[in-house]
Amino acid sequence: MSEATQLSSAPGIAVDGLEPVMSVRDLRTHFEQRHATLKAVDGVSFDLYAGETVGLVGESGSGKSVTGYSLLGLIDAPGRIVGGSVHLAGQQLVGLDAAGLRAVRGRQLAMIFQDPMATLNPVLTIGAQMQLALQAHGRIPEAQARARCVEVLRQVGIPDPERRLQAWPHQFSGGMRQRVAIAIALLHKPQVIVADEPTTALDVSIQAQILTEIHRLVQDSGTALLWISHDLATVAAIARRVLVMYAGRIVEEGPTRAVLHAPRHPYTAGLLGSLPQSSTPGQPLAQIPGSPPPLDALPAGCSFADRCPHAQARCREEAPPRVSDSDRAWRCHFPLHLADAEPRASGASGASGTR
Amino acid sequence: MKSDSAPIHLEARAVSRRFESPPGLSERVAGWFGTAPLPSVVRAVDLADLQVRRGEVLGLVGESGCGKSTLGRMMAGVLPPSAGEILLGGQPVMAPGPRGRKTTSRVQMIFQDPFASLDPRMRIGEALAEGPLAHGLVNAAGSAAYVAQWLQRVGLPAEAAQRYPHQFSGGQRQRIAIARALAMQPDTLICDEPVASLDVSIQAQVLNLFLELKADLSLTMVFISHHLGVVRHLCDRVAVMYLGRIVEVAPADALYAHPRHPYTRALLDSVPRLDLHSESDVIALPVPIQGELPSPLAPPPGCHFHLRCPQAQAQCRQDAPAVELVSAQHRVSCHRWREI
Repeated sequence: MSEATQLSSAPGIAVDGLEPVMSVRDLRTHFEQRHATLKAVDGVSFDLYAGETVGLVGESGSGKSVTGYSLLGLIDAPGRIVGGSVHLAGQQLVGLDAAGLRAVRGRQLAMIFQDPMATLNPVLTIGAQMQLALQAHGRIPEAQARARCVEVLRQVGIPDPERRLQAWPHQFSGGMRQRVAIAIALLHKPQVIVADEPTTALDVSIQAQILTEIHRLVQDSGTALLWISHDLATVAAIARRVLVMYAGRIVEEGPTRAVLHAPRHPYTAGLLGSLPQSSTPGQPLAQIPGSPPPLDALPAGCSFADRCPHAQARCREEAPPRVSDSDRAWRCHFPLHLADAEPRASGASGASGTR
Repeated sequence: MKSDSAPIHLEARAVSRRFESPPGLSERVAGWFGTAPLPSVVRAVDLADLQVRRGEVLGLVGESGCGKSTLGRMMAGVLPPSAGEILLGGQPVMAPGPRGRKTTSRVQMIFQDPFASLDPRMRIGEALAEGPLAHGLVNAAGSAAYVAQWLQRVGLPAEAAQRYPHQFSGGQRQRIAIARALAMQPDTLICDEPVASLDVSIQAQVLNLFLELKADLSLTMVFISHHLGVVRHLCDRVAVMYLGRIVEVAPADALYAHPRHPYTRALLDSVPRLDLHSESDVIALPVPIQGELPSPLAPPPGCHFHLRCPQAQAQCRQDAPAVELVSAQHRVSCHRWREI
């Protein structure tokens, strides 16, 4: 495997000689309402390295999609990025004006949406809109542009790409449309692709095709991929590192395997427990009681405390800080699966043993 | 309850359903110039035979467009079949004919989208009482207590009756939809993707509710889902559909452990596996099925799956495979199941 995959074992920590391609620090995106402020993203930090795929997992309303949109500056009023930074190859994106963002979007930073029809213009042929996307960042000779379009369509597995350039979006199936959207994202060989639930609307057989193809494409091109999904299983299939979001914060992060095998945060454990795969068929599933807190009235302490089976008085009073330990990090006063001898929540290193 | 000895409760006998659209203007114009018009008949369900025993939960799985929802709607008596019949306890669920109406309230249906299946301007109490009042299951005086009883049965407070659908979350709305179906005192539920739009943690709550209801009310259920993990968890037997045909039916254990039809195998392989016990760092990508679902307007001849099947031979391209028995409980429609 490439060296990038080894780097993925160090979230949030710069590795000697290799800078992350994207670095997000304390990102805060809030939505102002008349009587309240919805803190959709409330202090999110992470790094993306070249060639690595990171999964961002959470349930509806956890802030995972708003995080993705914030990276590209795609937040409309009443939403606003109220704090933090997003550095892409050294350039700060938060605070850029429209022209500055346009120069970055599509070229260095691309996005794939859940619904490919949100990306594709229904009244332009595939070829015409790919040309538009390509020419948006500087004129390229017609023949050369066409060749590039054919090349990326072929890369994403669209048969007979020369002929398909003349086709309209409605002539494609859902899976093929999503492939075209991926092809458009790849046109400029961006450094980072943000994919928001790109396979959620697709059937499993098509999802498997797209997972396989996108995995190969980012490996080959060295693009960093942020894969946003509610589905732990797809994240486990494609991402070596995972960030788990709850109520606007990353509550746990680390190598996907380690996190799934021995989650530190009770929310991650609860999510895993509620999957049908986790229990014997026919037996009741371990369920997380209640529902997430409203984002305009987050509790003072841990936002998960009201649903947490291990919550104590401290959890309701004091928001847990981010504690990191070698390649993992969590926000919990009483993390799970730490070696028993280890003092709890001390943040000391050396507790890498999992049970 | 040992369900393989229970009597057959719900049965589909050679059921087919076609959807036709009259030729549009462009087709007619094309017709004048001698171009062959596109076929405009979709065989959504093609000669489906299926038995559900009393107290059993049958899973119906397949990809979009395979006909699972159409078959479910026919079994619920809300869509008349084009041919064949659906029997509930030996009686047809619908009066015959294209305008036939449902003849029984013993079978009820639960839909995927609890936002669409509840009237936004109707209080929950009214929505739940409407059917039972019309069918004389309860009188006006007793309806409030009756509604409260069913709300509590699905884990909601009795006060919910006074509120409107928008005041509830998706998971709570799905509970309301379940309560409304149960208030008709059915013995059979047809559930069409009832947990597909719910978050994982809420999905677990609703699945647990289904498990409880199944045990407490001894309901017979048909559970339609594209989510193979959910189906495995809840269902006793599973039927797999592809392009309108049932290709394999087996007890859940046997189907997941030893799938016989190449499509069932491919479908299971394309689901990302979440192996919680492996510490290996190797990424296990799912194995995709080759190609795409052919258009249901023009399904391929022979076995519908042959275009995507790695095992297809000449015979598969010509003859539709017959139903064969792997064991008493396990049937498959594949020419080559013995060899592969």
